[in-house]
Amino acid sequence: MTVIAPTKTKYEAVIGLETHCQLNTATKIFSPVSTNFDSPPNTNISPICLGYPGVLPVLNEKVLESAVKAGLALNCQIAPYSKFDRKQYFYPDLPKNYQISQFDLPIAEHGWLEIELVDAKGDEAQRKKIGITRLHMEEDAGKLVHAGSDRLSGSTHSLVDFNRAGVPLLEIVSEPDIRTGEEAAEYGRELRRIVRYLGISDGNMQEGSLRCDVNISVRPVGQEEFGVKVEIKNMNSFSAIQKAIDYEIERQIKAIENGEPIFQETRLWEEGAQKTISMRSKEGSSDYRYFPEPDLPPIEVAKKQLEEWRSQLPELPAQKRDRYESEYGLSAYDTRILTDDLDVAQYFEAAVAKGANPKTVANWVMGDIAAYVNSEKLNSITEVVLKAETLAELIALIEDKTISGKIAKEILPDLLTKEVKSVQKLVESKGLIQISNPDELDAIIDKVLAANPDKVEQFRNGKTKLQGFFVGQVMKETSGRADPKLTNQILGKKLKG
Amino acid sequence: MKIDREQVQKVAHLARLALTPAEEEQFTPQLSSILEYFEQLGELNTDNIEPMTRVIEVSNVTRSDTIQTEIDREDLLREAPAQEGDFFRVPQIMSTDEE
Repeated sequence: MTVIAPTKTKYEAVIGLETHCQLNTATKIFSPVSTNFDSPPNTNISPICLGYPGVLPVLNEKVLESAVKAGLALNCQIAPYSKFDRKQYFYPDLPKNYQISQFDLPIAEHGWLEIELVDAKGDEAQRKKIGITRLHMEEDAGKLVHAGSDRLSGSTHSLVDFNRAGVPLLEIVSEPDIRTGEEAAEYGRELRRIVRYLGISDGNMQEGSLRCDVNISVRPVGQEEFGVKVEIKNMNSFSAIQKAIDYEIERQIKAIENGEPIFQETRLWEEGAQKTISMRSKEGSSDYRYFPEPDLPPIEVAKKQLEEWRSQLPELPAQKRDRYESEYGLSAYDTRILTDDLDVAQYFEAAVAKGANPKTVANWVMGDIAAYVNSEKLNSITEVVLKAETLAELIALIEDKTISGKIAKEILPDLLTKEVKSVQKLVESKGLIQISNPDELDAIIDKVLAANPDKVEQFRNGKTKLQGFFVGQVMKETSGRADPKLTNQILGKKLKG
Repeated sequence: MKIDREQVQKVAHLARLALTPAEEEQFTPQLSSILEYFEQLGELNTDNIEPMTRVIEVSNVTRSDTIQTEIDREDLLREAPAQEGDFFRVPQIMSTDEE
């Protein structure tokens, strides 16, 4: 009997993401009621979002603007002619028994976004373009509360809150260009940065403003055709997306190697157990019987309107990253941290605009200030009392040697919590101005040396490490105000005698 | 275009209609004849005509993003077959066919 030793097959994953992004408009997509769905149940509802007879949905112009801007930011082609369609299915959270969505003529198609993967060292950034198949507008569904049980199974009946029904969503579908969990998580993060920079969504995953479903299959490297596609849902953080994909890749490869079938199905990520579980099998594609929504006329975005919206686009995250690296000479790592949150980027830029050195500002923002925002659990750097202009002044005072870096760190807690008009005046009033007058330092150093004749003796006998002790004494004498560089110079000279 | 009984059953299921076998029997030729009636449209030559989805030439109807209506929740809840407190009440959900 011959046993053929199996050669180790290499596999790759083919991953696409379907993201639902909730827009932050004041009113719903087709009815003029509030989008605030934290209100008491069924307070923000109308005959339109409930689908009562005889109502007429009308598109919210802000939704269209947000969709077009998102499409432009994702390098899409904006459709010259777009329309809404009815997607029919029955579920109690869907009052009309159809969802108004877009089927064959979405508002935007054929785009891409670029992700940047930075390694642990932070210097080398790898870039990759992920295709965007399409972006379309649609309405959200309501929310179900299952009575008699936490879960659907076991409940005797359900209660429906339609506050969320009709809240505007953008559905953004990627091409299957993603290969790893890390790339998928980064794609999601970049998408979130873009919608936040555009100011069209808060992009909060925990609260469901950004929901990502993953389509994933595995195939041997080199194989043209795709493996069986599995959908994963229920990830409420980017790290959960990464972990769910990594888990799923491993599960599918194991199944293939063991000769077990992979079913086309939807699986749920269980955060507690850190694994995916089967939810239902998808037998072919559902029959939604899309047809054109007769109540809503088509959309033809005029060229002039399109150009106006294009001109309103802010500098986008990828452009900002490029500029921080080329203009300010920052590393890919620093750039990434500073641009991740628009508030932080704006704070950084405001300080730089006041003439402060970009790298120095970056260090303060990413170091002490970020630590403060974290420890105080602030929502944004904008809540910090220390304004960017004040930070710029602080940095200028260090650079012109008015104060030492050490003193700057000492007064920082004050600056972070109390409003200060002038840092210069503060350090003056506190007597913290750095001593950089050589004559003044001379006298202080002489005094320190005279007080420690034995240590001077030891130094001169070769124990040169004692220089640190003397610097310390000078600092003690001056409450840390002595210019450290000058102190070292003068000390060195005097000690050598 | 003729449709068969299986198709009638499928359409009925999609529309959540419970048809008796007698109804299926009755509706199959009826639905076929409706479709055949519409088939007459196919006789027209549409080679050089752009596909259309609407008969009215109007586009870009939008409204401003401002809250406009005063809603009386009770009025809306009352229209539903069942309500419970501030909620609409629905029967036990049998399938997990959620979107």
